[in-house]
Amino acid sequence: MKRTIFRNQLLPWLLLAPQLAITFIFFIWPAAQAVWQSFLREDAFGMKSTFVGMENYWRLLDSPEYLNSLQVTAVFAVSVTILSMGFSLLLAVAVDRMIRSAQTYTTLLVWPYAVAPAVAGILWWFIFNPTIGILPYFLDQVGYDWNHISDKGDAFLLVVIASAWKQISYNFLFFVAGLQSIPASLREAAAIDGAGPVKRFFTITLPLISPTTFFLLVVNIVYAMFDTFAVIDSTTEGGPAQATNIMVYKVYFDGFVGQNLGSSGAQSVILMLIVIALTVIQFRWVEKKVEY
Amino acid sequence: MKSLFTASAVALALSAMSASAQTEVQWWHAMGGELGAKLEEIVKGFNDSQTDYKVVPSYKGTYPETMTAAIAAFRANEQPAIVQVFEVGTGTMMAAQGAVIPVHQLMKDQGAAFDQSAFLPSVVGYYTDTDGNMLSMPFNSSTPILYYNKSVFEKAGLDPNTPPKTWAEMEEFSKKIMESGAASCGFTTGWISWIQTENLSAWHNQPIGTLENGFGGLGARLSVNGPVQVKHWGNLKKWADEGIFKYGGPVGGDNAPPMFYSQECAMIMNSSASRAGVIANAKDFELGFGMLPYYDDVEGAPQNSIIGGATLWVLSGRPDEEYAGAAKFFEYLSSPAVQADWASFSGYLPITQAAADEMAGFFGENPGADTGLKQITLNTPTENSKGLRFGNYVQIRGIIDEEFEQLMSGSKDAQGALDGVVERGNALIEEFQAQNQ
Repeated sequence: MKRTIFRNQLLPWLLLAPQLAITFIFFIWPAAQAVWQSFLREDAFGMKSTFVGMENYWRLLDSPEYLNSLQVTAVFAVSVTILSMGFSLLLAVAVDRMIRSAQTYTTLLVWPYAVAPAVAGILWWFIFNPTIGILPYFLDQVGYDWNHISDKGDAFLLVVIASAWKQISYNFLFFVAGLQSIPASLREAAAIDGAGPVKRFFTITLPLISPTTFFLLVVNIVYAMFDTFAVIDSTTEGGPAQATNIMVYKVYFDGFVGQNLGSSGAQSVILMLIVIALTVIQFRWVEKKVEY
Repeated sequence: MKSLFTASAVALALSAMSASAQTEVQWWHAMGGELGAKLEEIVKGFNDSQTDYKVVPSYKGTYPETMTAAIAAFRANEQPAIVQVFEVGTGTMMAAQGAVIPVHQLMKDQGAAFDQSAFLPSVVGYYTDTDGNMLSMPFNSSTPILYYNKSVFEKAGLDPNTPPKTWAEMEEFSKKIMESGAASCGFTTGWISWIQTENLSAWHNQPIGTLENGFGGLGARLSVNGPVQVKHWGNLKKWADEGIFKYGGPVGGDNAPPMFYSQECAMIMNSSASRAGVIANAKDFELGFGMLPYYDDVEGAPQNSIIGGATLWVLSGRPDEEYAGAAKFFEYLSSPAVQADWASFSGYLPITQAAADEMAGFFGENPGADTGLKQITLNTPTENSKGLRFGNYVQIRGIIDEEFEQLMSGSKDAQGALDGVVERGNALIEEFQAQNQ
């Protein structure tokens, strides 16, 4: 193997500098501020601040609302990921099997991705609105009283559907690309050997798109945990009774609306630790099962 | 939105032209839409009336957003001289000693004309310290009233000119309306926290917390789980189960007005300031106004309702001439003509007696427009009906909504839900006390 050696000690640092500066200014510095803030108790105007050590953390771990938020976030992230990935794989397989008009369907299915999360949220708010929405009207005809304003289950279902819907287009694109890169000869050979469509899907197609699936798994979990903020804000605002109050929303509400910076800081630090842990788990263990 | 852009473009162009002669006074506010346009008009009136100062209004979003923006700006030393803060932010603002200049002091320091006794006691009482000094300038104060559908009342065989006075009548009328098929629900409400908890307590002369509802100091604690409040929440749950009452959602209750406009519910309790909106949407039926209902077996009821809306706070750390401008502007703002104009346009309450008198003609032409004013001045405010002042109250309002939702979904009873409000709310108040002591 041929190795190139750069004699200049400074050049690599210079080339890295812009990226390092950005990482420091936009990531390390604010993260350090959040960590520092989480050890303080401060009034809103910042006139008085006291160092309280771990108190903000102990308070959080002692608070049923926070533990509820942890649980809601976990269930929410898993539901959104399964729903959006499962459904888009189904659509991708369907489109992949098409000989004509696959292009048209692909274009149509990608459209929702162009909708801003807040707009999507408002859209679903209208469709599901118990008073003026169209869906509760139909559900009422079949005897189901939809009311996400007071029913926790309905509200949770609403934010899961709205968030998953938003992500389906994105997943779909990647799945279609993944499916199309599988050589047709492999599937044909299996078919000749007598493997049915289901068998072919699970033994050939699925393993071959595992890199795509793994990538999407990471992206979708991050999406469900962070990017769904706007959907929640415009549909349920975390309610009713905390049923849809995922962690990012709680950080925002306690910090910006409630002006409780210490607690909000501690929450974002915990959130950061969770993301780090998830990343480690995904790349250490899940990625081992991926065939490139 | 469009008018806002034009207005700010005009403001920008003007500020570019007028250069150094005038002192600019920044005013951050939360009045969007038509109220925002009216506010700009009022400011223009002031700017045109003299040449020394120029008040520059900027719209900063919702009440919480405006308050947050001002606090963040203060921390960055970029604060405006005047900021509009909603009533539940009062506790936070007044605890921020050194960050705000109390209005009574501003007016005295600047030698401006200021007579505190000219203001309506129930309006100004909310914003005074324990010595009775005014801390912020009332601008837009409202109070909840009852709106009802006269056409539905007539169809149900009820007298369209008699709104229900008591909660017993509320139930009785609702049942009649539902049985006759005139509407499918009796009533709904905006603001569970403000109307069905805080105002309910004041209206029945019941305390919300200790130490004069928090006016007495940071050591106050919530006590909103008293018998009257428990009875009322219990009734609301019972009525919800019977379909008499429909819940319109947390905070302001976004889903409540559509139920009233679509004639699904015959009555709604909401802010007097939503009057213009209600009139605009009540096209297919005749509209009636009434006071909030009360329980006639509670001694002292009805007392007086309490206000909502916002006041103007003055932030410290600006050059002195800006404060002279702010004081001049407050003089103008509380003048009877300006107040009467604003109140007639918006449905907010006039803040001074003189402005209320000025509106006599308007009230004569618009029956029911004075309901809020009558209700808030019904009796001299007591310790329990003066208002409330607790730290972290923005979050406590969120807790009230959540516990009410627990009640509605059946996971808690009224006593349990209100005990939950007290317990969780007090934890936040204790935290606030620790932060500010």
